[in-house]
Amino acid sequence: MIKVLNGRLERIDRREALHYLGLTAKDIPEEQTTKLLDECEAEALRAQDLRAVYSIYDFSADGDELDLGFAKAHSHSLALNLAGCNKIVLFACTAGIGIDRLIAAYSRISPSKAAAMQALGAALVEGWCDEIHGMCIREYGANKSRFSCGYGDLPLTLQRDIFAALSVTKRIGITLSDNCFMTPSKSVTAIIGIKQNQG
Amino acid sequence: MNFSEKLKDNIIYLDGAMGTQLQNAGLGVGELPEEWNVSRPEVIRGIHRAYLEAGSDVIYTNTFGANCLKFGDRTEGVVSAAVRIAREACEGLSDRYVALDIGPTGKLLKPLGDLDFEDAVSIFKRTVRAGAAAGADLVAVETMNDCYELKAAVLAAREACNLPIIATFVFGADGKTMTGTSPEAAVAIAEGLGVSAVGINCSLAPSQMTAVVKRMLKVASVPVIVKPNAGLPEDRDGATVYSLSASDFARDMAELVSLGARVVGGCCGTTPEYIARLKAACAHIAPLPVTDKALTVISSYTHAVYFGENPVLIGERINPTGKKRLKQALKEGELSYVLGEAVKQQERGAHALDVNVGLPELNEPEVLEKCVSEIQAVTDLPLQIDTSDPVAMERALRRYNGCPLINSVNGKKESMREFFPLAAKYGGAIICLTLDEGGIPDSAEGRVRIARKIIRQAAKYGIGRNRLIFDTLATAVSADSNAANVTLGALEKIRKELGCNTSLGISNVSFGLPQRDFITASYFSVALSKGLSAAIYNPYSDEVEKAYRTFMALSGRDKGCGEYISFASSVEFGTVIRSKTVENVSGEGGLKYAVIKGLKDVASAEAKTLLATLKPLEVIDGYIIPALDEVGKGFENKTIFLPQLLMSAEAASAAFEEVRARLNPSDNSKGVSVVIATVKGDIHDIGKNIVATLLRNYGFTVYDLGRDVPPERVVEETKRTGAKIVGLSALMTTTVPNMKETVELVKRECPWAVTVVGGAVLNEEYAAMIGADRYCRDAMETVRYAEEIERSLN
Repeated sequence: MIKVLNGRLERIDRREALHYLGLTAKDIPEEQTTKLLDECEAEALRAQDLRAVYSIYDFSADGDELDLGFAKAHSHSLALNLAGCNKIVLFACTAGIGIDRLIAAYSRISPSKAAAMQALGAALVEGWCDEIHGMCIREYGANKSRFSCGYGDLPLTLQRDIFAALSVTKRIGITLSDNCFMTPSKSVTAIIGIKQNQG
Repeated sequence: MNFSEKLKDNIIYLDGAMGTQLQNAGLGVGELPEEWNVSRPEVIRGIHRAYLEAGSDVIYTNTFGANCLKFGDRTEGVVSAAVRIAREACEGLSDRYVALDIGPTGKLLKPLGDLDFEDAVSIFKRTVRAGAAAGADLVAVETMNDCYELKAAVLAAREACNLPIIATFVFGADGKTMTGTSPEAAVAIAEGLGVSAVGINCSLAPSQMTAVVKRMLKVASVPVIVKPNAGLPEDRDGATVYSLSASDFARDMAELVSLGARVVGGCCGTTPEYIARLKAACAHIAPLPVTDKALTVISSYTHAVYFGENPVLIGERINPTGKKRLKQALKEGELSYVLGEAVKQQERGAHALDVNVGLPELNEPEVLEKCVSEIQAVTDLPLQIDTSDPVAMERALRRYNGCPLINSVNGKKESMREFFPLAAKYGGAIICLTLDEGGIPDSAEGRVRIARKIIRQAAKYGIGRNRLIFDTLATAVSADSNAANVTLGALEKIRKELGCNTSLGISNVSFGLPQRDFITASYFSVALSKGLSAAIYNPYSDEVEKAYRTFMALSGRDKGCGEYISFASSVEFGTVIRSKTVENVSGEGGLKYAVIKGLKDVASAEAKTLLATLKPLEVIDGYIIPALDEVGKGFENKTIFLPQLLMSAEAASAAFEEVRARLNPSDNSKGVSVVIATVKGDIHDIGKNIVATLLRNYGFTVYDLGRDVPPERVVEETKRTGAKIVGLSALMTTTVPNMKETVELVKRECPWAVTVVGGAVLNEEYAAMIGADRYCRDAMETVRYAEEIERSLN
């Protein structure tokens, strides 16, 4: 059963956004930067159109040869992450095309707002991922960390299988380019393992 | 009876889901459904036949994703097999129609995605040609999330065959498509492109579609299509089932048919039983007639704007006539200035924007096309495309994402012959000037006569008078005291006698007079009272805004005068001379401080003050540059962060704008100019834009070619401008080879230029490897390098 979910966040993690802008945890943002981010955050929250699609699959592994239930893959890093799991949750989610429009618009007229919107958009979709992750924990007992294409040796081309399995484009409107980049750009796909009988 | 005849007076029953049926027949996960046209045609034929037996008048071929992106050279084979199977299924039945199904490509179009509009058109054309040749009766464009892609598909169908086209969008529960299009805009766009029916499919249950269907019915002059899902998918014992039973679906659909929906069927989760029940439930409902709403409408990709009710304000600022700064920006390809004007006019309350880039030294078709799509990236206002060159007009109309406003046609035979076919093909409203081979008549009657002639001629192209907006030509009252009377007289007659909408370029009336705004604004008020539907105006004029706001209140359009009150309370007592509110910078002040703090408005105001006593170059060298240097150093030392650096750069730009207005071309500070681009295949341009902004701040002339720029284009511009520096940016490893190719081509063709490269994937080593002269880590370093080159030349 493939499920579709819509959401809405009330705020965006400021620390996360600052991190994307190159500030470390101990850096204090200038007053104008805080103002800029406040303004852009309000706009981003108005533009958000959070959607997700997810499903659960059987998982088995033979060394690094993985049967993900929706596709076969070869990956050492994912094999390590999913060691001991027999099921996985696969999800795709997006912050929506409105954020891309804002980034595209500001990249033409205001570099500072473009950078701020990039960072806030990334932090927004990260926050949305956390919500979905939380739900996967409650609904399926998914108890591993999120793992995405491009992490370690998990090939980006697995995106094509993920898109086919969940009908991502049709269900929530994310499209995949020839080189496996997603639009809207603030989108994430990930696998979360479910490890039974722990301990 | 053919499909178009049947559509006239009947309720048309479409089929239900294909995908759901195929999954039940064993289609595997990830398997392409269209493969079965070739491998298991009997299953597809059986599904079609079941729908036909259930009562479907129209069956959709199994070609939802049958395009060359997925099937390559097999596309034609897969598509014609699908049509053949559907035709076979119809054998022995009369008045059944095969619709060639066209779904989305699965890619997002530029500028947000990576698929070029014309490439999308070509992809759809291949499918349409094959389907039409195989004998389809109509083309059904469906499940479109993006109105731009729908436009590409419908245009492709119109250009590749003569079949009727029906089109449906996907709407969310919020009443918008995923890319933000309203039902009214969706109807305007699809009708403008000549579809036979328009509507909604997929995603929602019938009852969830009611609001959107009602809104479409209100404005559509063609039949409205409704093809919903069988409710929402639910998990029942591990199997996916849809929440609505066939009888519930039929009951809810019957309500939509009673409202006026005329073309009905089912999408995901529906089966032949749903169609049979639907048909039974609607058997007693008489089809409501479809009426011509005779609306005058334009739209962007988000919303529609109607003429006739409330006056429409069309911003005139993107037109180089008499605007030195815009001319320069257009010549140098400095699009950010043009885009800034678009945003400012929207902020000042314009409802639509005129776009005119007619300059003798520009390649108008190319620049107009580019400006239209770039402006649409920063504003969601509908655009009025303004050119007298039919080639430029067609290119812009094709690219335009929405239902356009064409500016303009006049009563000359040649003008109508050139522009009416374009209007007939691309839709939208048309500004019609009441002049012809004999010039501008000096009587109101003469102008009305031309209007009548234009109406008759437009009808020959199938263009109704509702799509014509007459401009009775505002001319200078200083040159002819009767000018305003004649123009307004003609306007009133056209409005009352011909029932057409009207427009005026109101600023022209005050030409040659002092305090032009006084005359323009009063003229505007009088014209509004005589029924003016639209004004091409200067959104920065407070007097004109005052005239508009007061008219809205006095004519009862501004209920409770709420908008007037908020306008009135935003202006100084007794005047309409407003100055932008400038932040209080408490004691500390000055241009340098404003730039360092990144206060845009303050910087611009401070620069203005300084320029009263100082020379432009003194302001640059004494204030702007030192401030930028300080910020730049802070950034290098990590005491200032990226957002602050960027805000400072923008504040410096704002100050520089003021300086530039007083700068003689002869003291243009730097001798070196820079051609800058993000390389082919790469669409990331934030970094590149930052570099361009900073270079301009430091007085360099920058020719910005944008992103995804082919090597040949970089060379062409470097040759044209004689630029000494070529700056290239790449953010993805996959596009570094294109950067290498560009560097090599520049070296070969433009030996006088040095190349400087940057971007996330590059480093010094990499830069050397691809033969670039210099790698720069960030924008500041690029500025330092440009200064180095400048010095070495002196």
